[in-house]
Amino acid sequence: MTDAALPHRAASASLRQRLARRGVDATTLLVLPAALTILGLFVYPFLEGLVLSLLPKTGGTFSNYAKFFSDPFLYQTIPTTLGIAVPATLANILLSVPVALRVRKMKRQRFLTTILVIPITLGTVLVAEGLLNYLGPQGWLNRTLITLHLISHPVRLVHNYWGVFWSLVISGFPFTFLLTLSYVTGIDPSLERAASTLGAGPRARFRTILLPLMASGLAITFCLSFVQAFAVFPSAVLVGSPAGSTRVISIAAFQAAYETYDDSLASSIAMIMAAIQLVIVVLVLAGRGFLYRGPASGGKG
Amino acid sequence: MRDISTGESSILDRIWILAVWTFVGFFILNLIGVVGAVLVDSFATRWLGTWLPTGFTWHWYLDAWQEFQLGKILTVTFEVVGAVVLISGVLGVPAAYALSRRDFPGKQAVMLLFLLPLLVPPMTIGIPLATVLYRFGVGGTIWGVILANLVPSLPFVILITIPFIDQIDQRVEAAARVFGANTFKLFVYVLMPLLTPGILAALLLVLVRTIAMFELTFLTSGPTSQTLVVALYYAVDAAGVRAGQSVDAMAMIYMATTLIWLLIALRFVNPTQIVGRQATPAGHDA
Repeated sequence: MTDAALPHRAASASLRQRLARRGVDATTLLVLPAALTILGLFVYPFLEGLVLSLLPKTGGTFSNYAKFFSDPFLYQTIPTTLGIAVPATLANILLSVPVALRVRKMKRQRFLTTILVIPITLGTVLVAEGLLNYLGPQGWLNRTLITLHLISHPVRLVHNYWGVFWSLVISGFPFTFLLTLSYVTGIDPSLERAASTLGAGPRARFRTILLPLMASGLAITFCLSFVQAFAVFPSAVLVGSPAGSTRVISIAAFQAAYETYDDSLASSIAMIMAAIQLVIVVLVLAGRGFLYRGPASGGKG
Repeated sequence: MRDISTGESSILDRIWILAVWTFVGFFILNLIGVVGAVLVDSFATRWLGTWLPTGFTWHWYLDAWQEFQLGKILTVTFEVVGAVVLISGVLGVPAAYALSRRDFPGKQAVMLLFLLPLLVPPMTIGIPLATVLYRFGVGGTIWGVILANLVPSLPFVILITIPFIDQIDQRVEAAARVFGANTFKLFVYVLMPLLTPGILAALLLVLVRTIAMFELTFLTSGPTSQTLVVALYYAVDAAGVRAGQSVDAMAMIYMATTLIWLLIALRFVNPTQIVGRQATPAGHDA
């Protein structure tokens, strides 16, 4: 950009000076090792996987994809996964917004945020083991419900759809909450005060000030948590019923790669996973284009 | 006209506030239940059909240590985590510096390159990555696990460090240059001391995330390169083969290793930074 503005000097300057004027010098090259690492470990395997998915063990170029979409055992995993991931993500976001709006007014948020970051840190495997104990037929939750005479026999809460759903809420709600909180605390409180001075009640303030300013951040939060929920794997195996109601697409991909050793089919399923995630993210972010995007914060960068 | 300054005084609003806090309390109660059930069971002699076990014992921890060869697994875990933290720091901090200080053609594309590995779930990239690693002969080895874990860790270090570098006044560097410091001296004597809190925060978060990273390690590890969380998965998956208390004791050892580092990390960072890159501290205008 700069060298176009300085045509005379650019012509006489050395290559090094011309590059430096565009922002490329020795310091810029520091980005190269990291960029090459990610190219080699992320972009290359992805492209390799795409090529591999088009080189099936038997049949023509697209026979893996044809196989996936004609075998109900495989293509049924898409509605199964969406049926778990979409409700869990929506529930997490709908619960996060009111809690985040309350918590931002607290003086000491640190204690609550610390407690909530624990399940994210521990990860889904430990949460799954905890749920097996806690929600099991002899677990504390069933005992409490029986003691309260809400149920007469233990309810089956794990090894089915709900086990996976609760596992996604336990580790997903803190994630969406902390993201939402970081967006909400970025909104300048004086905007709300101004609205309040002009006579807007809490509901009107939420609808006309907070929600439009948050919407863009909520769209990103939705994308991030949906993508994670869509790739759910350990809890679908451990607290779900991996052969039945929670046979998610990750399980199908894993079985193709490590049980039938069909790398080509496994790559195809991984590509289908990536494509579905991409479609949802693009749809949500395209919708975001209609929303307000601009400064929402005062002095906060 | 309604009271505008304290518009939250109506009964409905109070019920709403109460409902929100009830939900938070209920969530935390269940969370304590989930973690507490593992904790109590790991000390239980026998726990069937009662609120609490009939007796308590330590011996499941000894059993778990021997049965699951936890000594070996912990060594592998810390070798992997140490290598991942070191490599992502050495590669990530200079890259963050370049991205913060220079505006070059294609910068947007490079930023996208570092954002994508954080957005794509590990299960999606893990299967093609494992295929490639196995083809190059590192699949199943400890190096395969380290390389796989770099995929989310390196971009994470870069994105966390950039705002910290943005905060350092460029005039400090200019002054060092005037006094004849070269880029290397600038890094060692000026930037590193100023950046220590930021780098420490980023590396501690990578440490915690790598200990808990299940999917990538699971897909690329072999029998000799399992980390603690993968070993725990296999133990839970094979429930019934070993005593439940023994598996829970192992879960507690995993939990302790993770939480110690989390507590140290939380001395330097805000919990919201663990889920993503947060806005830079107040007072800094981008």
